[in-house]
Amino acid sequence: MSQHTLELRKLIAEALPGLDVVLAWTSGFSPMTSTPLFIATDEDLDRLDFGPMHVQNLAAYLPSLKGRKVGIVTRGCDSRTIIELLQENLINRDEITIFGISCTGAINIRKVREAVGGEKLRSVETGKDIVSVTTDEGTHTVPLHNVLMDKCYSCQSQTPLIHDHMVTERTGCHLTGEAPESSLDRLDAMEPAARFAFWEESMDRCIRCYACRNACPLCVCKDSCVAQSRDPHWLDQSDTPREKLMFQAIHALHTAGRCTECGECERACPMGIPVLAMKQALNRRIKHLFDYQAGMDEESTPPLFMFRQQEEHIKERDAR
Amino acid sequence: MPVLEGKELRIVGFLCNWCSYGGADTAGVGRFAQPTDLRVIKLPCTGRVNPLFVVRAFLNGADGVLVSGCHPGDCHYTAGNFYARRRLEVLRELLDVMGIQPERFHYTWVSASEGQKWKQVVSDFTARIHELGPATSFSSCAAVAVETGMKTAI
Repeated sequence: MSQHTLELRKLIAEALPGLDVVLAWTSGFSPMTSTPLFIATDEDLDRLDFGPMHVQNLAAYLPSLKGRKVGIVTRGCDSRTIIELLQENLINRDEITIFGISCTGAINIRKVREAVGGEKLRSVETGKDIVSVTTDEGTHTVPLHNVLMDKCYSCQSQTPLIHDHMVTERTGCHLTGEAPESSLDRLDAMEPAARFAFWEESMDRCIRCYACRNACPLCVCKDSCVAQSRDPHWLDQSDTPREKLMFQAIHALHTAGRCTECGECERACPMGIPVLAMKQALNRRIKHLFDYQAGMDEESTPPLFMFRQQEEHIKERDAR
Repeated sequence: MPVLEGKELRIVGFLCNWCSYGGADTAGVGRFAQPTDLRVIKLPCTGRVNPLFVVRAFLNGADGVLVSGCHPGDCHYTAGNFYARRRLEVLRELLDVMGIQPERFHYTWVSASEGQKWKQVVSDFTARIHELGPATSFSSCAAVAVETGMKTAI
């Protein structure tokens, strides 16, 4: 139990009487997993834990809890999601209480599994710069830097951009050395035909579970998602890469200019398909065209919800 | 079996009712000769063009997609084409990352009186698509993947 967990518990305990529920994390069914925790009573509070293993973006629950007094434990990247939801009036600022923590990076359990060569994991302990993994075969020590979530390498803020309470800031940067090559980098290096083939091969693995959509904090259409709509009939039921890729295009375009690259879609994917790459590509374009990043400023309007008569970075093109 | 089977490619055109559709009409009335690869779909406004229309067209086998509407500032609904311009610019990047050559997609502005310009747009775009040839479609691209050794790289 770290000092920070204790401090966080104390902060939440003080605020809990005025709140309906507080969103936080606890250990999951095994030492390698974490699960969201909904704190309503002091007993629930005793289960609270946080650290590099606690990866979910809790802001995904906020829109469905609109109208209730909700507290939420928030890292830097999650706070961008909260700001984006506020921008779109999907949540009310006066209903949420933000408990800020400073994050030292979140672990990608898939990378840990790869690092130990597929041996069966028994437990995972995290230290300052290392992760020690106990498997059936023995104990491995892996540098923390090698097993972080992709988003951590381009982390802009370890502490939330907005917060009501803050657990004492801790320093300790996880951003040492070079970031590993991302899926988008690999796609950029390909020829268009190879890229198309890559998606065909990746989408062939997709099982259409829609975990990417369900985990996405900005997919707020709930039961009205076009993926299940018969009228308009955007997707048919056939098990083809074409329909699956079409769904990813729908997801990417519906979150264009809104996506904060929290990476929940890719983390939730049981087949390990790099579905975040499309959204990153769109964000890169939007940054270039409109000098805009989602979830940075509560007052700004997402770029596709508005226009300028003279667009600075858009040039009229010739068909030739 | 159409006479031009094999010589023609499939190009889908999304045209706004007020300007470009009128422009295409003007070109027809003026009897300007144009390539016949383009299939026109009339929409009330380019603001109605969901970028996903374009993606769907490509995934369903289009070789090129053209979107055309009123000049910026001349929109019948005041602002439809301003929104469309932003969306379609962003779409370009999505097509690119999906592996659909962005050159296969073009958007432009043609008013109802610009019959000559419409002819030019259609001729130039059709020529460009013919230069690129038929688009890659699913299942025909497995060979490319093996060639580039991409499957092992990723």
